[in-house]
Order: sequence, then structure tokens, then C-alpha cells
Amino acid sequence: MREGAAHPRYSLRPCKELDVDVVLSQVFTGISIGSVLLLAALGLMLTFGQMGVINMAHGEFMMAGAYTAYMVQRGFPDEISLLVSIPIGFVVGGLMGLLLEAVVIRWMYHRPLDTLLVTFGVGLVLQQLARDIFGAPAKQVRSPSWLHGQVDVFGYQWPISRLFITAMAILAVVGVAATMRYTSLGRRIRATVQNRDLAETVGISTRAADRATFFIGSGLAGVAGVLVTLVGSTGPNLGQSYIIDVFLVVVAGGIGQIKGTVIAAFGLGIIDSFLSHATSGSVAKALIFVLIVLFLQARPEGLFAVRTRSLV
Amino acid sequence: MLELKGVDVGYSRTTVVHGVDLVVPKGGAVAVMGHNGAGKTTLLRAAVGLLPATSGTILLDGEDVTRMRPSKRVARGLGYVPQGQQSFPQLTTLENLQLVADGRARGGELVSEVLDTFPALTGLLSRRAGLLSGGQRQQLAIARTLVTEPRMLILDEPTEGIQPNVVTEIEGVIAALTQRGDLSVLLVEQHVGFALRATDTYYVLEAGRITSHGAGGPDALDAVRAAMAV
Repeated sequence: MREGAAHPRYSLRPCKELDVDVVLSQVFTGISIGSVLLLAALGLMLTFGQMGVINMAHGEFMMAGAYTAYMVQRGFPDEISLLVSIPIGFVVGGLMGLLLEAVVIRWMYHRPLDTLLVTFGVGLVLQQLARDIFGAPAKQVRSPSWLHGQVDVFGYQWPISRLFITAMAILAVVGVAATMRYTSLGRRIRATVQNRDLAETVGISTRAADRATFFIGSGLAGVAGVLVTLVGSTGPNLGQSYIIDVFLVVVAGGIGQIKGTVIAAFGLGIIDSFLSHATSGSVAKALIFVLIVLFLQARPEGLFAVRTRSLV
Repeated sequence: MLELKGVDVGYSRTTVVHGVDLVVPKGGAVAVMGHNGAGKTTLLRAAVGLLPATSGTILLDGEDVTRMRPSKRVARGLGYVPQGQQSFPQLTTLENLQLVADGRARGGELVSEVLDTFPALTGLLSRRAGLLSGGQRQQLAIARTLVTEPRMLILDEPTEGIQPNVVTEIEGVIAALTQRGDLSVLLVEQHVGFALRATDTYYVLEAGRITSHGAGGPDALDAVRAAMAV
């Protein structure tokens, strides 16, 4: 009898030990991955979830945010350049979004396939533009010294830089939720999303609401771009590597639902982290696709759906 | 004051409303009646700007608004309560009102005024509009429009599909509004008796054309019935 034949189920590869430390460390890694996804998905939740615009250039707005951090670093000391980059990244992303909305997207509302193709093209143009301006090799953005080091959380050495990203993601969620819930701008945006004609006829400029939504959504992509410089290098393909995951988060979370987006981002991050640990990065990616397809078969509306007595 | 002059309205190549001339004088109340499919809602949507008039002119207080966006017409004093108890379902009752009050100098005052007009809404302020009953939603819709401080109010079948006790209340409010004197009202209504009581001029719309019009009031009931029976 051949060796190992008695345990055919375990013969493919050695099973990794799954003790408490490993579980904790995967959870924390997952939270870090989820935080980056969340930052990027929050903006997309506004432009795709709220407005129904499939903006494939959203990833390139992230890339623009990352290059903003790179540029700002040339003019500011490392200690503060990241903090300076965050608001500038927001404005850069926001302005790019505003321009895209005004020039391209506003003519294509209710034509999702056209929007998808055109914004995909815009994304490619932006990538090439980045290659022309900054060159193809990735740029390194130095993180400030106050983000170096680790914090001990239940024995897990959590890098402060990743902790910072998580904190910023939570801050962004709270900021977006509060803006949508408590400000007049938030009310106008929600009203426009829920009933566009009615919004117009109660005196809301739906064009202005669209522009504001796009500015904020794209601005958040810019902020996400600034922050991902802490965990990776900045290159022309940065956006491409995130865009699919980010769309998955928004769809799985339930279109336009902040709560769902948060849970989906962290959920996906943690599942990704465990699957990557158990298998390999690319197998994990494929498995996540399968899981999400199965999940959407069972719950096409995502984690959270809009509940109402009438949809008018 | 609202004037429609030779207004055509349609959807793509089909013209639904043909050459309508209609005047709502300052402080006056006008009823538009007609069977289902006569083009009443289409006409109102053009008056508000949700549909483009393919020809003709729309004047609001003498200003040509034919090509103006709805939100700008609202800023110039046009109020519109659409058909079907429409609301922003995910916003609470209060948010539905606040949304319109935002940025208005008298915003807070206006909200409490409309809550006095529709006291039933006071207990529902924190409930999402999507969870209100049809009658409550319609009261909210009228209240929300009143917060825009209209001088010219357009109501599209405000009592359609609503339970009878709320209909009485809504009719009472509309009758009071038409008596205010500083508000012009254009009312589309299936309930001919109420429409004639509440207004002083009527128009009958059949297959997209005005087929008769005249002074309103209970005496006009027979004339309108005859016009609509054709």
C-alpha cells in the first residue's frame, strides 16, 4: 500500500495548523484589507449605489489620490505630508469625478452599459496619462515616522499604519453617514435618489445633487488612494487592482446601503484573509467570486434591502 | 397666474395633448376634468416642466417658463402635488418636509404651519414616509408642496384612491386653499361634484383637446356631465 493512501483527504497538501493566534492574526489582517476596501467602496456606494452609475474609472480616481500623496510629499516634510494629502486627495478625486460627470456621465444616465464602456475607456486613458507623467515604475510614498511600529492587540502585532487606515475608514463611514442623515445636502441627495421627478418638483436642483454626489463619491476614492500608499506602492495600475473587489463589496452589501457596505467590506476582507492563508492568493480570489455568486443567488438584493410599504 | 397657449405635449412621436389654451387667473381656481387617458396628467406634467411642451408657450406670472427646469419653476412660485401620493419613502415625514424647508428664511415656521393644517402628520414625524398609509402620504405630499410657498398650486387627483374620511379632510383643505385669495389653484379631479364646488372655472379635456369650458360652481354640474358624456 502506498504511503498516505490511508488519508486521501489530506494527501494533497499539508493542513496548516489553525490555532487561536492564527485565527486572530487572520481576523486582524482581514480588518486591514477590509478597511482599504471600505474606503474605496464608500465612494462607489454613492456613485454606483445611490446614482446607479457604473464608473469603472473609480479605481483611477484612487490612483490619482495615491499620486497626489506622492506629489505632496515632494513639497512637505514626511511627518505631515500624509495629513496634508488627505484633503488634497479628496479635492483632486472630487474634481476628476465632477469633470467626468459633466463631460461624459450626465449624458448617459439610465444607459449603464454605455457608461461602463466609456468610463472603462476613461480609466485606460488616465492610466496611460499616469504612465506618461510619472513613468511606469511604481513610486514609493514614505510613511511618516509616527505611523511606524506596531501595537500589541491580544498578542497580535498590529502595524500602526494599518490601524490608521482602519481608523480613517471608520471616520469616513461616520462622516458620510452623518452627512447623508443630518445635513440638508444629505437630504437633497437621498431625495434625488429616491424620486428624481418629485425632487425636481419640490424645488431641488437634481443636477446640483448629482454633481455633489459625484464630487463626494470620487473624492472618497481620492482619499482611499492617499491611504493605500501606506500599504503598497503607487503605480498606474493601482486602481485596476481594486476596482473589481470594490464593486463586489458594494453589490454584496446591498446597493446604496452604508451598513451593508461596511459589513461586506470587513466580511470580504476577513474571508479573503482566511482563504489566502489556507490556500493561495489567487485561489482565494476565485473562491470569493464563487461565494459571492452563490450569495447573490440566494439574496440578489445584497445584505440589506430597502423596505417600504410603497416604492413610489 | 398660469397661462398655457396652444400647448402640445407628447411622448416621442405621439402627441397626447393638442393645442391647449388655459388660464388660471391670479387667486383663481380652475378645475380640469376628463376621462382616464384624456391627457390631464400629461398636461400638468408639461405645466410643471417634467415633460417638454413640443409647441406652444407656458407663462408663469407673465414670464415664459416653457423651457425652464421644474426646480426653477418651483423657485418662481409653482407648486405641484403629483398623482399617486408620492413621497420620498426612505425619508421620515419630518425629513420630507425639512428637505423643502431647507434654505428658506421661514422654513421652520412653514413646517409648523402645514402641521397645523394636517395635524394627523404631527404624530408621524419620525416615521418613514414609505410606511405611511396612502391617505397620510397624500396629506404629506400636499403639506410638502405648501412648504415651497407656492403662488400657483397644481394638484393632480389629490383624492384618488384614498379612504373616504381622509378624502373629506383633504377636500376641506383644498377648498380652504382656493379661498385664500393669494393662491391660484389648478385642480385635476375625477370627482366632478367636489371639483366644481371648489373652483370657479372648469375645463373639460377629451382626447387631448379642450372640448368645453365655463364658469364653475354647482350649476355647471349638468353642463360638465353632458360635455363628458360625449
